[in-house]
Amino acid sequence: MNSAERLVYMANQIATNLATDDDPVSAVANHIQLFWDPRMKRLIQENDKAGLSLVAAAAINRLAETHDAA
Amino acid sequence: MTYQPQKDFGTPASRSDEAVTLTIDGREVTVPAGSSIMRAASEQGTSIPKLCATDNMKSFGSCRLCLVEIDGRKGTPASCTTPVEPGMVVRTQTPHLAKLRKGVMELYISDHPLDCLTCAANGDCELQDQAGAVGLRDVRYDVQASHLGQEKDHSNPYFDFDPSKCIACSRCIRACDEVQGTLALTMEGRGWDSKISAGFASDDFMGSECVSCGACVQACPTATLIEKKVVEVGTPERSVVTTCAYCGVGCTFRAEMRGEQLVRMVPYKDGKANRGHSCVKGRFAWGYAQHQERILKPMIRASIDQPWREVEWEEAFAYTAAELKRISDKYGRHALGGITSSRCTNEETFLVQKLVRAGFGNNNVDTCARVCHSPTGYGLKTTFGTSAGTQDFDSVEDSDVILIIGANPTDGHPVFASRMKRRLRGQDGREGAKLIVIDPRRTDIVRSPHIEAQHHLPLRPGTNVAVLTAMAHVIVSEGLANEAFIRERCDWDEYSHWAEFVSQARNSPENLQPVTLVEADELRAAARLYATGGNGAIYYGLGVTEHSQGSSTVMAIANLAMATGNIGRRGVGVNPLRGQNNVQGACDMGSFPHELSGYRHISDGDARRLFENDWGVSLDPEPGLRIPNMLDAAVDGVFKALYVQGEDILHSDPNTKHVSAGLAAMECVIVHDLFLNETAHYAHIFLPASTFLEKNGTFTNAERRIQPVRKVMTPLNGLEDWEVTQRLAQAMGLDWNYSHPSEIMDEIARLTPTFAGVSFDRLDEEGSLQWPVTADAPDGTPTMHVDGFVRGKGKFVVTDYVPTDEKTGPRFPLLLTTGRILSQYNVGAQTRRTENVAWHKEDLLEIHPVDAEDRGIKSGDWVKLASRAGETTLRATVTDRVAPGVVYTTFHHAVTQANVVTTDYSDWATNCPEYKVTAVQISASNGPTDWQEEYEALSERARRIDAGVPAE
Repeated sequence: MNSAERLVYMANQIATNLATDDDPVSAVANHIQLFWDPRMKRLIQENDKAGLSLVAAAAINRLAETHDAA
Repeated sequence: MTYQPQKDFGTPASRSDEAVTLTIDGREVTVPAGSSIMRAASEQGTSIPKLCATDNMKSFGSCRLCLVEIDGRKGTPASCTTPVEPGMVVRTQTPHLAKLRKGVMELYISDHPLDCLTCAANGDCELQDQAGAVGLRDVRYDVQASHLGQEKDHSNPYFDFDPSKCIACSRCIRACDEVQGTLALTMEGRGWDSKISAGFASDDFMGSECVSCGACVQACPTATLIEKKVVEVGTPERSVVTTCAYCGVGCTFRAEMRGEQLVRMVPYKDGKANRGHSCVKGRFAWGYAQHQERILKPMIRASIDQPWREVEWEEAFAYTAAELKRISDKYGRHALGGITSSRCTNEETFLVQKLVRAGFGNNNVDTCARVCHSPTGYGLKTTFGTSAGTQDFDSVEDSDVILIIGANPTDGHPVFASRMKRRLRGQDGREGAKLIVIDPRRTDIVRSPHIEAQHHLPLRPGTNVAVLTAMAHVIVSEGLANEAFIRERCDWDEYSHWAEFVSQARNSPENLQPVTLVEADELRAAARLYATGGNGAIYYGLGVTEHSQGSSTVMAIANLAMATGNIGRRGVGVNPLRGQNNVQGACDMGSFPHELSGYRHISDGDARRLFENDWGVSLDPEPGLRIPNMLDAAVDGVFKALYVQGEDILHSDPNTKHVSAGLAAMECVIVHDLFLNETAHYAHIFLPASTFLEKNGTFTNAERRIQPVRKVMTPLNGLEDWEVTQRLAQAMGLDWNYSHPSEIMDEIARLTPTFAGVSFDRLDEEGSLQWPVTADAPDGTPTMHVDGFVRGKGKFVVTDYVPTDEKTGPRFPLLLTTGRILSQYNVGAQTRRTENVAWHKEDLLEIHPVDAEDRGIKSGDWVKLASRAGETTLRATVTDRVAPGVVYTTFHHAVTQANVVTTDYSDWATNCPEYKVTAVQISASNGPTDWQEEYEALSERARRIDAGVPAE
């Protein structure tokens, strides 16, 4: 697993474990915002997102929007 | 201070609140009801002669030396077994008593060698003292028979047993029973033939069940059981109270010294974590501190292919600072990072994270807690509001049900395990606590003398969440939840959501049995017992955290405790048993990349500004890299320099090949350690470290107890570790001028609300303090969340079971789980350099008889252990301690390197590695694997110093 693939795996794993949250997309986005370093956040934005689950992909998009807004 | 043994009050303190006043030798004394006359006399400063009594075990009344006279009573009762009564008038010294005592002592001495001048205990012998105290001047008996001239037992590497000097007081037997709880010793024979025996007559100490905790040696009033070091060096002449540097129990010891030579470590009775007990590691295994393989000079090399070159400290600091600056200039500040150590002091850890944040200019700092208890940080912060255990160790005395999950306390936390076992056995007519063990292995505590777990749930590794959810299902669906507690203390809506989830039929024990392999009826009974058995306390370890759902499991545990109201008072709680001595402290000190000391997120502007103003720098508001992320970034070519203090990541972290690839990709690896550890194979700079005996500071144990570590000898390497980090910071241009670790603690207290009331002066006064130490709790906080949770309302979190992606299959049909053993510690860097190798000289693979037979494997055979990540060889032990389909090994020996086999899978929330579940295959082996051979060659090459002389 290279770094980009590992980040997709990690995002999906977070999404699976937060699936029972009231608002899984926000929960995943918030988790990544709080615990991933900037390069990891950038890498997952820049690389192929095809492997992301629906919730993980939505969370990554949410992060990008928050980042752009900031 | 000059040497004096700790005062011995003869019998234990009474816990009664009722006071009793009596008169002893004409002086009134008031003591708690239930105290013995001996104790009362001792508390008023009167020393009644005694031999068989000592204050860390029940009175025995056998030596007949402590006789007293009591007005209105016939005879001369033993003061150790006679409780005080109001108005009692006692005389401890009369002509009649003197005559009786002299007669008793004369009998003892008539059968004791008169070699005091050459005896190792000369000057530190209670028999000698008491002979003097009773005024014995001659022995009239012409003894024909005696028990003298018996062969000594030298089999234990740390202490000798000389039966000829034994006075048959049974203190050693009682210490083994009452203090340690192993019950290894007994009295064999009668009369002259009476002899302390470690099991059968054929057993010596080493061959017996003795765990070498030292309790018997400490209890012995003569030289019968005595430390080999005292025999070799002589008795100590001074002592310093300090804290053990091994596990998270954090035992207090007296380092007993002769000059700068450590003679022995004796457990300190006033130590609040250990209450006068010890284990084989803390008591005896400190020889590594003077081991010949210790590196005492800084060393550098341009590349890891070269031999090391010894340099002076000045050159080492200048070179290191220049390398870090070069890399920062070339690759950017995010290319640098650091790892703090759970083995180092709070002050040292704080400085390393400060160096990274303020000096390197990023938050790339992590700690070895990443690979053990980071899920505890996440899970307990989320549910309760703070990342720490809820109780003190004393709390277990009030527990009615003890639930142990994923922990092996008799091996990992032996001194606390002894206290737990005492509660489980029951005492003084009080029924023992009930025990539930959730563990894939039948750990020793499941069944040991006078202890048998009511329920052992031998779950399939990786199914903790499923088991805990099934328990929650039983508690909620059978109406056993404590709704009053939940309504008052927790968020009811969150509880309702959680309760609805766990109540679903899919979460029933019956439905989950095919997944967990735990009998549904047994699980139901365990859940009922925990919910209804009185005070329920949960103790857990790395078998909870080191999973892909480690954080979920911690939260599932917290859910159970809240649902049953088992939080906020003595006897209950959620208690992580921390692996290393300062895991709690390293986490508290801001070692994680996302948070500052006191668990405040780096994105919290107010917290950040507090540090920025104090340190005069601006801090990066974004979290930094965690250890596995650092290694990934290194392989990607963007992370280039790492300062590792007191950790051996190549040995301890999972998937060794990935760790070595990451380290090999860096341009500057700085290892700050006692020895050329495995990580140092890939290091460019080696900064020699000091041991816990050579520095001042504090450790924080698993019960949040901040305890002093005191310097008892000059650092052999010349500098305490905090000085090394400070000198490096100064070389990098930082204006640091600490003259003593107390000043670092003052800074920690200034910047960390939960440490606000902590200072070295306070610690000297109190002995120790449990954080939070604040204006509201100036003496610390033994029990957390008493009136409410730190976060306000307790938070129930739905934890759905998600199976690990590490799957068994035809190629790798067995599940490997890893752990530790009593005599060794973590990667073994310390304990492998002590006589503890006598107990565990190699890592062994435990395999069930059925799995062994399928593969033609017998105990003692060399086997190959292979996973998708790598393979190694080791010897097998066939045992039904593990279930069919499960194998187990330890990771203490570099030659085995169990982590070659473990994988990159990790906890979803924290990246804590999934050490506890690896799909493996076992097969017969005909020699070391290619990896092992290559690694041995690498080790030899990497450890060359100057002219190619291997360092070890």
